[in-house]
Amino acid sequence: MSFSGVLSQLLEIVIAIALAPLLSGWVNQWRAWLQNRSAPGLLQPYRMLHKLFNKESMVADHASSLFRMAPYLKFGCMVLACSIIPTLSTDLPLAPAADTIALVGLFALARVFISLAAMDIGTAFGSMGARREMLVGFLAEPALLTVLFSASLISKSTSLTTIVETLAHRDFAIYPGMAFAAVAFLMVSLAENARVPIDNPATHLELTMLHEALLLEYSGRHLALLEWAASLKLFAYSCIGLALFFPWGIAEARAPAAMLLALPALLFKLGVGGFLVAVWETVNAKMRIFRVPEFLATAFLLAVLGMLVQLLLAR
Amino acid sequence: MSALLPQFVNLLGAVLLLLAFAMTSQRRMLALIHLFTMQGATLALATAVVGYVTRQHHLYLSAGLTVVLKVLLIPWLLHRVLDRLGIRRDVETLINIPTTMLIGIGVVIFAFNLSIPISHLSSALASGTLGIALACVLLSFLMMITRTKAVPQVIGFLAMENGLFFAATAATYGMPMVVELGIGLDVLVGVLILGVFMFQIREQFDSLDIHHLEQLKDD
Amino acid sequence: MTQEALALALLLACPLAGAAVLALCGHRERARDLNVTFSCGTFFAACALAMHVVRAGPVLLWDNAFYVDALNVFLLTLTALVGLTTAVFSRPYMRVESDHGKMTAPRLRLYHSMYQLFSFTMLLALSTNNMGIIWVAMEAATLTTVLLVSVYRTAASLEAAWKYFILCGVGIAQALFGTVLLYMAAEKVMPPGGGALLWSNLDAVKGQLDPDVITLAFAFLFIGYGTKVGLVPVHNWLPDAHAEGPTPVSAVLSGLLLNVALYAVLRCKVLTDGALHGNALSGRLMMGFGLLSVVAAVFFLIRQRDVKRMFAYSSIEHMGMMTFAFGMGGPIATYAGLLHMTVHSLIKSAIFFAVGHATQKAGTQLMDGIRGLLKISPTVAWGLMIGTLAILGMPPFGVFASEFLILTTAMRDHPWATPLLLIALAVAFASVFGRVQGMVFGETSVKPLAHRPALVPVFVHLTLGLMLGLYIPPYLDAWYRQAAAMIGN
Repeated sequence: MSFSGVLSQLLEIVIAIALAPLLSGWVNQWRAWLQNRSAPGLLQPYRMLHKLFNKESMVADHASSLFRMAPYLKFGCMVLACSIIPTLSTDLPLAPAADTIALVGLFALARVFISLAAMDIGTAFGSMGARREMLVGFLAEPALLTVLFSASLISKSTSLTTIVETLAHRDFAIYPGMAFAAVAFLMVSLAENARVPIDNPATHLELTMLHEALLLEYSGRHLALLEWAASLKLFAYSCIGLALFFPWGIAEARAPAAMLLALPALLFKLGVGGFLVAVWETVNAKMRIFRVPEFLATAFLLAVLGMLVQLLLAR
Repeated sequence: MSALLPQFVNLLGAVLLLLAFAMTSQRRMLALIHLFTMQGATLALATAVVGYVTRQHHLYLSAGLTVVLKVLLIPWLLHRVLDRLGIRRDVETLINIPTTMLIGIGVVIFAFNLSIPISHLSSALASGTLGIALACVLLSFLMMITRTKAVPQVIGFLAMENGLFFAATAATYGMPMVVELGIGLDVLVGVLILGVFMFQIREQFDSLDIHHLEQLKDD
Repeated sequence: MTQEALALALLLACPLAGAAVLALCGHRERARDLNVTFSCGTFFAACALAMHVVRAGPVLLWDNAFYVDALNVFLLTLTALVGLTTAVFSRPYMRVESDHGKMTAPRLRLYHSMYQLFSFTMLLALSTNNMGIIWVAMEAATLTTVLLVSVYRTAASLEAAWKYFILCGVGIAQALFGTVLLYMAAEKVMPPGGGALLWSNLDAVKGQLDPDVITLAFAFLFIGYGTKVGLVPVHNWLPDAHAEGPTPVSAVLSGLLLNVALYAVLRCKVLTDGALHGNALSGRLMMGFGLLSVVAAVFFLIRQRDVKRMFAYSSIEHMGMMTFAFGMGGPIATYAGLLHMTVHSLIKSAIFFAVGHATQKAGTQLMDGIRGLLKISPTVAWGLMIGTLAILGMPPFGVFASEFLILTTAMRDHPWATPLLLIALAVAFASVFGRVQGMVFGETSVKPLAHRPALVPVFVHLTLGLMLGLYIPPYLDAWYRQAAAMIGN
């Protein structure tokens, strides 16, 4: 384990934790502008977190310890996920600990605990949200896995760092299968991060809400952690997308100096991506909850199709 | 650069397949026509690229023909038919969409499997494209089976023709010109006839639902 | 221009010019006669071409674009002959339809023009040397017949035409894919220059074609053209199109279009057999679907109440029989298949002529409504009766001869198939004969018509069918032998 490796690993984790709320703020700001509203400041998520951390954390009388534990668990999962996704460099000492399958597992673990916690209180909204979250999850996870497998077919490895190294530093080539995978991945990440066609992140008012229903019973620092974790999840998915489909600019293991260039590249790519998400959320409307399985089934089938095309054309 | 162009043809093939899949799962009539137009444009681009790579200049002509017929003329005709008949409602399907898509995946696997033993014989330019083209053809076929309205059936028919043209272009650098012209003429006349038919079916049944066309049975 | 080139030019130009002229004046009184005149010109051109080919062997014309050999020249002549007699039959038929108000002036124009164009597309499909053009011509034939079937604009005819278009469109798209595959395989073994789809070139190199590709290509071509032949899993369009179109169209559909489609299959089979070096895959495929068509069609046939639908199913049965015969291969079965093709064309169109007059007299196509034809018009009644006996395989007629040959060959090579064929034939005989007996004899329910029916075509066809059963003229025999030697391996 080299010094530069430890450095880049630490830097990545710090950047992920620090920048994740900023990304959420950026998307929210652009969305407000595009919808002709006056926007909250870019730093609004930080202020929100600060406020929540300073508040008392109220917990229902009959909540079990699971309920208290879940926010920490989810936050931890997301930080770990962010630490194994190559954002700045592929020289990550933690990366061998978990490949893409384990990454999907991490997201699943967080999902299971937060759903259990939502059911723990026994309110109607919590249970409904948990049920829907599990529905989305069980449809989205295979799709995500298949997308990652398509990429693995190219690099012959399920390790994310290897995939990025293969894609970014080999001679430029067009992989048609990845076009399908990209569309599928986009659909999955919208669903997983509770963005527009599946859920509206800006509202608590609809009976159809998904993500917010899980958090209804939380307050204070627990809520702050969960909001932060949600930002981290968006950040993590954005980074997986960038790593798979736009990997250029990520520094290689033997070139620590390239990280100086990698940071602006990452910020630029995230900025553009955030803007596009805002545009997407502005021009599209939320779909009926009954259409969600169809949406995710499409994503899954596209991912499978991408893998098939990859197999056919690789011959 | 020269290594990228064949990959680009592959990419266009994949896009064609993606569009065929999107059409199979599309509910809205207008979106279906847009997808068909996009498919035509992709096909024309692929044809032109293959023509450029292989220096087969008659492919430019074929690409031009595709643009005129399948990007401009036929979509325009279809839009006119929709306007004149006042069709704006969603497309109804016989099988629900997720099931259709699952069958679609099966169809794609079948097509790819069928094409693998012979893909070594197709042009060196794009050895996988034959399977993609076959998958496009069969997916359009599936779409024709699962739709109950006349317009989507026609679009499925035309999409099938797109897949066949792609097969001819990518696997063999295009059929002889006289054959291609003949096929183009047949397609055009076919669409015109079908367009006339749609008005007549509408007149007779007051609807474009193919369910009305089930009077003739064996008994 | 040489003599044969002149004949071929005339053969193709006649119907094309006819289509153009009749598109302008097809609604006039004279149009019916003009239609006959153009068909007559086509027939004479076909005879001239046939005489030349029988005497001097196969010819390649105009830059190898056209190829006429023993196989297609016999079909060309048959097509031109039936085209002519059907035109003759359609004169009084269409006059009655106009009197009933079913054919208005624009419809008559469409009908006459499309009739000639349809003849042109069939002749083009038969005479071209290019496998791609065969496809184009078959598709064009579909388009023209779609217009012909829907000419009455009734709900039922529109349904039939729509089904016909969609099903055949889909089917024939598969054939195009097969053609692409064929072209792909041919390009590998042929010098560049665009000749890779010409049948004469393909025939020369068929031994070198890649077997895998050709197998797949044949599967697609067989599905595609088989849809137009009316083979069983994909036959649904055929009874509807026959029943709902005008009767002359039913006659040419059954008598000619199905033959042309089978011809396309045969051309593909020759190439496939050559490429697969004695592997009988194509033959097995054809035998299987042929047998299935024979058996299935008979069981559909029993349940019909509409007379044209019943005979449409009988066409499916006979096309299945021919496909089975060509699938068995060998000189005798192929000879029998060709003979069956000829007599079926002649007799089935004769039956449709008679049926056309009968339905016009009765005012219905339902068999329960047609009773006692014999009392009103004995000639039509006898024409129908004799035609039915002939198509069911009664001895003196040609169908008996060809079916006998097919059955004996099947008995020798594939004994398991013989009982199936025999049962199918017996069931078909019992049900069709019973029905037709009721239509011909008994108390009458039909009315006489204002115009004299055209009975010459019926009896010309029946006489020819009878002659082929008793005696095959030596030149015709030589002709069949040449063609059989070419396609039967």
